[in-house]
Amino acid sequence: MVENRPLLTFLAHGALILGVIVVAFPVYLALIASTHPVSAFSSGVIPLLPGREMAANYATMLGQGISTAGAPPLWGLLGNSLVMALAIALGKIAISITSAFAIVYFRFPLRNLAFWAIFITLMLPVEVRIVPTFKVVADLGMLNSYAGLTIPLIASATATFLFRQVFLTIPDELLEAARIDGAGPLRFFRDILLPLSRTNIAALFVILFIYGWNQYLWPLLITTDERFYTIVAAIKRMAETADAEPYWNLIMASAVLAMLPPVLVVIAMQRLFVKGLIETEK
Amino acid sequence: MKRTIFGNQLLPWLLLAPQLAITAVFFLWPAGQAVWQSFLRQDAFGLKTSFVGLTNYAALLGDAKYLNAVQVTVVFSIAVAALSMGVALMLALAVDRGLRGARAYTTLLVWPYAVAPAVAGVMWWFLFNPTIGILPYALRAVGYDWNHGLQPRDAMTLVVIAASWKQISYNFLFFVAGLQAIPGSLREAAAIDGAGPARRFATITFPLLSPTTFFLLVVNVVYTMFDTFAVIHATTQGGPMQSTTILVYKVFDDGFLGLNLGASGAQSVVLMGIVIVLTVVQFRFIERRVEY
Repeated sequence: MVENRPLLTFLAHGALILGVIVVAFPVYLALIASTHPVSAFSSGVIPLLPGREMAANYATMLGQGISTAGAPPLWGLLGNSLVMALAIALGKIAISITSAFAIVYFRFPLRNLAFWAIFITLMLPVEVRIVPTFKVVADLGMLNSYAGLTIPLIASATATFLFRQVFLTIPDELLEAARIDGAGPLRFFRDILLPLSRTNIAALFVILFIYGWNQYLWPLLITTDERFYTIVAAIKRMAETADAEPYWNLIMASAVLAMLPPVLVVIAMQRLFVKGLIETEK
Repeated sequence: MKRTIFGNQLLPWLLLAPQLAITAVFFLWPAGQAVWQSFLRQDAFGLKTSFVGLTNYAALLGDAKYLNAVQVTVVFSIAVAALSMGVALMLALAVDRGLRGARAYTTLLVWPYAVAPAVAGVMWWFLFNPTIGILPYALRAVGYDWNHGLQPRDAMTLVVIAASWKQISYNFLFFVAGLQAIPGSLREAAAIDGAGPARRFATITFPLLSPTTFFLLVVNVVYTMFDTFAVIHATTQGGPMQSTTILVYKVFDDGFLGLNLGASGAQSVVLMGIVIVLTVVQFRFIERRVEY
């Protein structure tokens, strides 16, 4: 602090408390809504204080779902989301770290072309090429499968660049020493590069896990079989029927379940999360 | 560039193979298809396809709905960027005063990053529900009849708030990092020279923060143009009367619901052009940022 101004300090606390309240407000109401019986939503205004039906609502959603709203039991959906988030995060890290290794530690013809081919994926977000990508996946018979949910999303220019930056900062002497000791490329990769990039991998994993968990359009399009629904994509299917039958308590219970895992990851691993966020944007 | 390298020729290709295969099959090939389709026209039954050159692009320029989507996208991007960056900057300035509990405040402000855009949309949709929502209830008390199902302005406000809410945490973290990079001695010197907090912000903090601000502006525009698809699809679905149909939503709408592949392809190509420009701007900026 440059100087002591009690009024400004007071205002700063006020602004932050207000900010925290505004940020938490929708989630608070969602949480409250998930503790009431469905009758609380038929008229009047949504409740502001907790009700008594919390356990029942969550048990209903996890165990049975709402069949009229096209929502299967949520345990399955949460499992699918977990599989998708883990596969995308680990897949992206695996193929990016080997790509970066190839680009940094080898000289081969067309190396620049390979680099640019990866770079270009940065400019082709899935939303932009959605129709032809859907067609490719359909032609390959990958609709309604975990492969279809994850593989098309795991190419990553950002992760490749990040590992390239990390490898470029590793001193050449390490490689020279490893070679004198008789280590080949794969051994050097496993025993030196992987341990040295451990925190970068962890930080990236946090960001990519959230990215994978929060996927929406892609799972919505390629899953028509409820065995492969993910929770984030399913919320929308439930909310669509909410105007006819206001199961707001159950929909909000699902919303809370859908955001809980990634939010817990951010809170539990805040330092890695901030590191990952700032690194991936470099 | 590494001085010491391995000599193998085959191994690097094996290491690159998975990434390149996925890139080719799921990125380059579909993108090529979009470009190719943008030059074709199918008849109403999908039986005959003919090459029509730039007709689809010309049709876009003459299509009132497309031009409307361009306008909606611009309004939406500016509103979300201004709202989320403005709020985030204020919060970051407050935290940067070195208050007690700064870390706790940070934790309480960053978690919405992890909430899926679709879930954020559904929650705000609930809060703004015209019959039982709390916010329309409050608005009725001051005499405003909220209805995002009928009123284009209400619908736009809803998606702007939902999209900004989620983005505040991201902008906040980068503003805090930017503020911490400004040497304290500069502000102290200005304070000794008699500059008050407002003046110090205007003449020192804000100018030195401009690289961060510019970087965030680009990131936020990319976010509103592409990642907010879920917010809109989960809530207003582009309506009412196309008032929240952004460009990405229209590509999806024309391609999947309208099955107009030519028009959808041409729109995809235009969007790719926009992403390429934004990416180049971002990368050139980052190269320059090194000087700071």
